[in-house]
Amino acid sequence: MTSVQHRSAEEIGRTATGPRPVPELGAQTAAAELSHVDTVLANGLRLLAVRKPTVPLVELRLRIPFGGTGNLHAATAEVLAETMLTGTARRDRIEIDTELALIGGELDTAVDPERLTISGNGLATGLPTLLDVLADALTAASYVDDEVARESARLVERLAVSRTQPRVIAREALLKHVYGDHPVTSEVPQAEDVSAVEPGMVRELHTASVLPRGSVLVIVGDIDPDQIAGDVERALGGWSSDRAAVALPGLPEVTGGDLLLVPRTGAVQSQIRLIAQSLPRTDPRYPALQLANLTYGGYFSSRLVENIREDKGYTYSAHSGFEFTGATATVGVDADTANEVTAAALLETRYELGRLGVVPPAPEEVESVRQYAIGSLLTATSSQAGLASQLAALTAAGLGPEWLAEHPRRVAEVTRDEVAEAALEFFAPTRFTGVVVGDAETLAPQLTALGGVAVGEPGK
Amino acid sequence: MAEISRTSRFTLDNGLRVVLAPDPTAPVVGVAVHYDVGFRSEPEGRTGFAHLFEHLMFQGSESLEKLAHFKIVQSSGGTFNGSTHPDYTDYYEVLPSAALERALFLEADRMRAPKLTRENLANQIDVVKEEIRLNVLNRPYGGFPWILLPPVLYQTFPNAHNGYGDFTDLEQASLDDCAAFFDTYYSPANAVLTIAGDFEPDRARELIDKHFGDVPHRPAPPKRSFAEPPPSGDVRGHHTDPHAPLPALAVGYRMPDPVGELDAYLANLVLAGVLTDGDGSRLQQRLVHREPLVTDIGAGAGLFGPFEARDPDTFSITAIHSPDVTAERVLTAVDEELEKLAATPPDAQELAKVTARWSAGLHAEHDRLMSRTLSLGAFELLYGDPSLVYRLPDRMAAVTGEDVAAAAKALRPDSRAVLLVEPEGGAK
Repeated sequence: MTSVQHRSAEEIGRTATGPRPVPELGAQTAAAELSHVDTVLANGLRLLAVRKPTVPLVELRLRIPFGGTGNLHAATAEVLAETMLTGTARRDRIEIDTELALIGGELDTAVDPERLTISGNGLATGLPTLLDVLADALTAASYVDDEVARESARLVERLAVSRTQPRVIAREALLKHVYGDHPVTSEVPQAEDVSAVEPGMVRELHTASVLPRGSVLVIVGDIDPDQIAGDVERALGGWSSDRAAVALPGLPEVTGGDLLLVPRTGAVQSQIRLIAQSLPRTDPRYPALQLANLTYGGYFSSRLVENIREDKGYTYSAHSGFEFTGATATVGVDADTANEVTAAALLETRYELGRLGVVPPAPEEVESVRQYAIGSLLTATSSQAGLASQLAALTAAGLGPEWLAEHPRRVAEVTRDEVAEAALEFFAPTRFTGVVVGDAETLAPQLTALGGVAVGEPGK
Repeated sequence: MAEISRTSRFTLDNGLRVVLAPDPTAPVVGVAVHYDVGFRSEPEGRTGFAHLFEHLMFQGSESLEKLAHFKIVQSSGGTFNGSTHPDYTDYYEVLPSAALERALFLEADRMRAPKLTRENLANQIDVVKEEIRLNVLNRPYGGFPWILLPPVLYQTFPNAHNGYGDFTDLEQASLDDCAAFFDTYYSPANAVLTIAGDFEPDRARELIDKHFGDVPHRPAPPKRSFAEPPPSGDVRGHHTDPHAPLPALAVGYRMPDPVGELDAYLANLVLAGVLTDGDGSRLQQRLVHREPLVTDIGAGAGLFGPFEARDPDTFSITAIHSPDVTAERVLTAVDEELEKLAATPPDAQELAKVTARWSAGLHAEHDRLMSRTLSLGAFELLYGDPSLVYRLPDRMAAVTGEDVAAAAKALRPDSRAVLLVEPEGGAK
């Protein structure tokens, strides 16, 4: 269409030499061991600090267990997270931003039903400032009335945007369908609850729940491991309490059952979300299950993606993956599809679940996911930010850098039989339940004909 | 830092430009190929073709069956992707360093002889349509502002059209279109190969010669100019969004040539930071906190970020606001803040805040091997100078308050585009 003369598609795909062989892999070196400190400070805070001086920066992740069961807990927690860095006894919002900006730094808060997370980074030379601002917010965040009111108002507007996102709608429907009214379902608070939050409630929640004991601070970057524990002890020593941070109540076990077709009138696309109980990282069978999941839908070369995306074109995104909550884990399967192929995509998704158990991964499939599991961990932990996030996730299960260093060996030792056993047990279609969110009028006839699908609103 | 900022470059006989950036700190390697063609180069009647073609480059070759590309990268422990930008298309892998030769083989193989078939074309048209449904049609603010603003700001097809493509255009794409596009734009002389991470430069050079050396030369297409005059007036556009709960607006301005006027372009980046980066920035302070008119506001260069395109590039300010606030009130406040900056340059501390955050941001970007590999390749392609990436923090720090004032003065209300997004059926 652009060059006057060009070869045909067939000519382009052919050379005189013909097809060439794929080169073998070369020798692989392991990741260098990084010096680290893993200790518990006097205030009960676990500090995990890793020296990784690839760039002159530091990354910081503070995870505070933040469970709560009250009606307004989720809304109050969300307002707290939005307002925490808007002022302290010593600094107002703009002073906080200015001090952080001058060290190229940022601090951000996020909250979910399980924890409050404060993430930050900055130039390594600015670490004292980063810790000082963090300590100030942890011990003296002021939650003045007009900042709380303004953040609540913004939050209400953001929630309105968020609740129109199909992914958010589907996620909430899935959690409600599976966990009913357990607090884990309140990932996105209701706008009217946010409006009902008073500044005093936010200050009380901070006092009651922003606590060091049981929390973990991960620092990764251009730091001195001999100095860091003392530096953090001095900076955060004033943050203390006799009580421990509050864990989310345990989740009930997910049992298999009917999918729920949740109506979303007029939607052009549907969300398929399946879920089943799985194994935590601490279980000896986890590495085998990890490989089974990758084979199913955990990476692009998986059976599910090859089937419903590459072969049939039903979806742009199909994926399966673990979710770790407390000491438990689930495995989820997600696909977004056009209405006319939703039922067909669900049929194939279930078919692949069954097939994973009864036609277990072939040797080349197992070798492929094994390399992928090892290699993607190397890549994900090769940056400061990636390593910090990975370690923060591991600390929630009480794990640390040793687990990370040893995991490649565990994955290397998994046998094909172990993968087959994990696949048969944990990917059995009957273990799964879930939701399909979409235009019910279009979807219902085919989905109900497939069976195992009921129509309705979740949690009712 | 000294280690990872060492780069070297050379050109093969077939015209392929190569950038090497060794860094042994982690046993992983990044490989990227940038082709000098993006969606601004696609012809009328074929909107979305550059992106569709990017998908086809993953679908097999003379040496590899469909799906083999993904399998080889992933079974080597690597990840891959591709992305289509206004002026270039990139393809990349990040893998354990043992897999370097495989990645080079894969990129050379599809540069030499991709298998373009009718079946794959039809299948990838379906996949791209699903991608568009997911990212644009079925979500609030889909395509805002990158698809919606250009047709208001620009008049010529290359700059104004939808780079994701209209479904009717996508469906009409033919195999012959693919062959013509490949032969025109996917020649080694129109591409840059970048390797960053854990490798020996001499060994890499041998492997590059082995795999890319016999990809036949074809001339690179002549460089096109996409220049067009700036808008004459305050041009307005409207879009109704069926999913958006709140109204939104985007203001688009023309900005200095990113390549020919780099320092002036950088002054615009600093200006964007002064306007909207952090709670202490001008527009955040005023419009989000002091007189809360908007829920969110942002400003920046380039519709996907800076250093993605040649001239003309877009400076945009976007805001989501309450239905009780008129777009005119937001625009008036933006104009007032720009006038203030034009009259009184920002002081040293205000500039230092922006440049320190930029400097840290660039360090963080280069700590992620994938971003580092891609940005070295993009800077070779756009600037002929990959190491410019490492000099940017100093160039940014040299921007003066007067430069920022001049940049603010150039964002004129009588030469801009304003896109207004209205929720369907009013706000809920």
